[in-house]
Amino acid sequence: MRATARIKRLGIALGVLALLVWCAWDIDWSSFRYFSWGSFRGTVMSLLRPDWSAFYTGSTEDIFSLMVMTIAIGFFGTSIGTILAIPFTILSARNLWKNPVVPRIGKFVLDVLRAFPELVYAIIFIKVVGPGPFAGVLAIGIHQVGMLGKLFTEEMERMDETAVEACQAVGANGVQTMFFARIPQLMPIYASLALNHFEIAVRSASTLGLVGAGGIGATLIFAIQAARWPRVSIILLTVIVTVFLLDLLTGWIRKRLR
Amino acid sequence: MITFDHVSKTYPNGVKGLIDVNLTINDGDFVSIIGLSGAGKSTLLRSINRLNEITEGEITIDGQSITKANKRELKRIRRTIGLISQQFNLVKRSTVQKNVFSGKLGYYSTLKSIFGLFSKEDYALCNEVLKKVELADKLHERCDNLSGGQQQRVSIARTLFQEAGIILADEPVASLDPATSQEILSELKSINTTMHKSVVVNIHSIGLARQFSDRILALQDGRLVFDGKPGELTNDVLEMVYKGDSFLGESER
Amino acid sequence: MKIKDTVHFQWYKTLFVAALLALCLFGSIRYTQADFGQLAGNISQVSVFLRKLANPDFGYLGRLIDPMIKTLKMSALGTVLGVLLAIPFAFLATTVVTDNPVVTHIFRFFLNIIRTIPNLLLAALLVAVIGIGEATGVITIAIFTFGVTSQLIFETIETIDMSPLESAMAVGANKLKIAVWAVWPQIAASVLSYAFYAFELNVRASTVLGYVGAGGIGVKLNEALGLFRYERVFMIILFIFAVVVIVDAVSEAIRRRLR
Repeated sequence: MRATARIKRLGIALGVLALLVWCAWDIDWSSFRYFSWGSFRGTVMSLLRPDWSAFYTGSTEDIFSLMVMTIAIGFFGTSIGTILAIPFTILSARNLWKNPVVPRIGKFVLDVLRAFPELVYAIIFIKVVGPGPFAGVLAIGIHQVGMLGKLFTEEMERMDETAVEACQAVGANGVQTMFFARIPQLMPIYASLALNHFEIAVRSASTLGLVGAGGIGATLIFAIQAARWPRVSIILLTVIVTVFLLDLLTGWIRKRLR
Repeated sequence: MITFDHVSKTYPNGVKGLIDVNLTINDGDFVSIIGLSGAGKSTLLRSINRLNEITEGEITIDGQSITKANKRELKRIRRTIGLISQQFNLVKRSTVQKNVFSGKLGYYSTLKSIFGLFSKEDYALCNEVLKKVELADKLHERCDNLSGGQQQRVSIARTLFQEAGIILADEPVASLDPATSQEILSELKSINTTMHKSVVVNIHSIGLARQFSDRILALQDGRLVFDGKPGELTNDVLEMVYKGDSFLGESER
Repeated sequence: MKIKDTVHFQWYKTLFVAALLALCLFGSIRYTQADFGQLAGNISQVSVFLRKLANPDFGYLGRLIDPMIKTLKMSALGTVLGVLLAIPFAFLATTVVTDNPVVTHIFRFFLNIIRTIPNLLLAALLVAVIGIGEATGVITIAIFTFGVTSQLIFETIETIDMSPLESAMAVGANKLKIAVWAVWPQIAASVLSYAFYAFELNVRASTVLGYVGAGGIGVKLNEALGLFRYERVFMIILFIFAVVVIVDAVSEAIRRRLR
């Protein structure tokens, strides 16, 4: 019995290993050919010397202003996402509808919204409103509708229905039940999810600049292409520290939302 | 007065919840319903305020049919029936005060209730009922900070605030310890005797049922098999209701 | 009646939060130069997209198979590398193998920072440092996987049942032995499911990786977007979506089998 189990385990391990070798086989490793430790070390060394002077110059194009812009894109995008997610949640929560078709349609729409990466939304919205931060806001907003709508719906379906029953039992109407039983229960959870997605949004907003949708991303890419490593370094440092601080801040608020 | 007239309930999967129940509960009665789990106790209780729909027969509350009531009438009748249940049915994150006020949602317009525009009299009433259940100091406390017994007292306060003539209690003490169970049932009993409200309670413990009730109903597989005074509830009857299971073990709980 | 006796007794809190949110929202609207008029005016553009998107170019599917297989290979390889690397780091970020809280905190801090870097920026940086190509894609995926799974793994280690540890400690096992014999069996199933979760994330992220030339299906997506061939864009998205659904179903089946 133990012997067969051991053989089975060995077989699985060998199978996985074979699969990995097959995966590694025809991947083009040639980019390593031009790799030299000398230039790598040089890059790393200059990355360790961030160009502090670029952080704040007083212009609207310095790293500080761009980071604030990135946060603003994230905040506005998450606001749009949160507000628009609520009607979708009401549409797609199974426990709010007697008819099973409506929630299925709602969930399908949310799935479709989520299927497109933010980058694709950004490219589409740049066509609509022109390059700039607003395109990033819309891209993040629409993507977040899909994400938050799904999470909100799950929470709505998972919620404790006993308080809902209590409201119905005293003759409350649907809207009153919503405001007295559902919202007080769900509000802290929804706020917590929205805050968490604000942090995620800031992270995506810092990449959307790559396609011209505003924020700090474009500057970073230009700096990388020009191999201006001290500048790359200060930008990355700013993004990391900002997201880290936001993580701490939203985590602190979320803990108090219990 | 609550009357059951040939009431039956068949679930969509064919299971029979209630079979031909005929019953009259007078105003001011303290009635306990006993029986095994799945005998239909909850179904019977919840059909009184139509949280469960019955499939045959008719239930009337003070002469008005709740079975045939339309949406508006149903809400009107439900305002006069309080419900207390095993899980307390409170919004745990809301304050005691807000939970108590939810008892009168049926009396307030949607807008007034959403913005919390409650009348002065109701604020006074809220304080009064909380004093009655000895929670006056917990007005702004969140319910999840309260003990199980305290939470159940909040839900009693809510039905008092509702000023309902009938209180339905679905296993009100099933998740509480014996001492707290005594307390809660004493509370219900005193409401029953001093305020002349009818109380219908589902209960597992035969000891508690005997101690507090004016009248005991026993259900077995959806049928009403006993209806009488606590004194008439002999061991032979219990043997039948609990199908020879150790009912004494049950009553110990 | 005083307001502190009503249900509005915390009105100042509500007002403060509402005001703060309104201020942030107003500020971010101004700062991002939001112009809803322009959005409404050009909304016909969206319908053009939608019409193109609604007619995916199914004929293009044949040319997507190979890049997709490449993406799957890169993701699989990157996921395995990332998870293998994440396991020791996750252990070091808990107090199971080291009693030294300083070490724990340093590792946690490091893991947090890795997790913070958006994967697209990571890819861009690696492309710059190493060079463009599929190998860079694999390394990006590995680092991204490392960031995601190390966090999940060390959180799992913290929630395990500690009693086998105590009995192992009682017979005098050292910390490494405890990690291998008492902790690992308890978290192995979770680690496996995190690996599958990360694999799924990586397949999704392949759209993004292509943008910096890191190989796979993303390169095709980038091409189609550059040429404004939205019927192809939608085909690619649809294909990725289908693959993610299949990956999800397969990983679910495997996990159930192994449980």
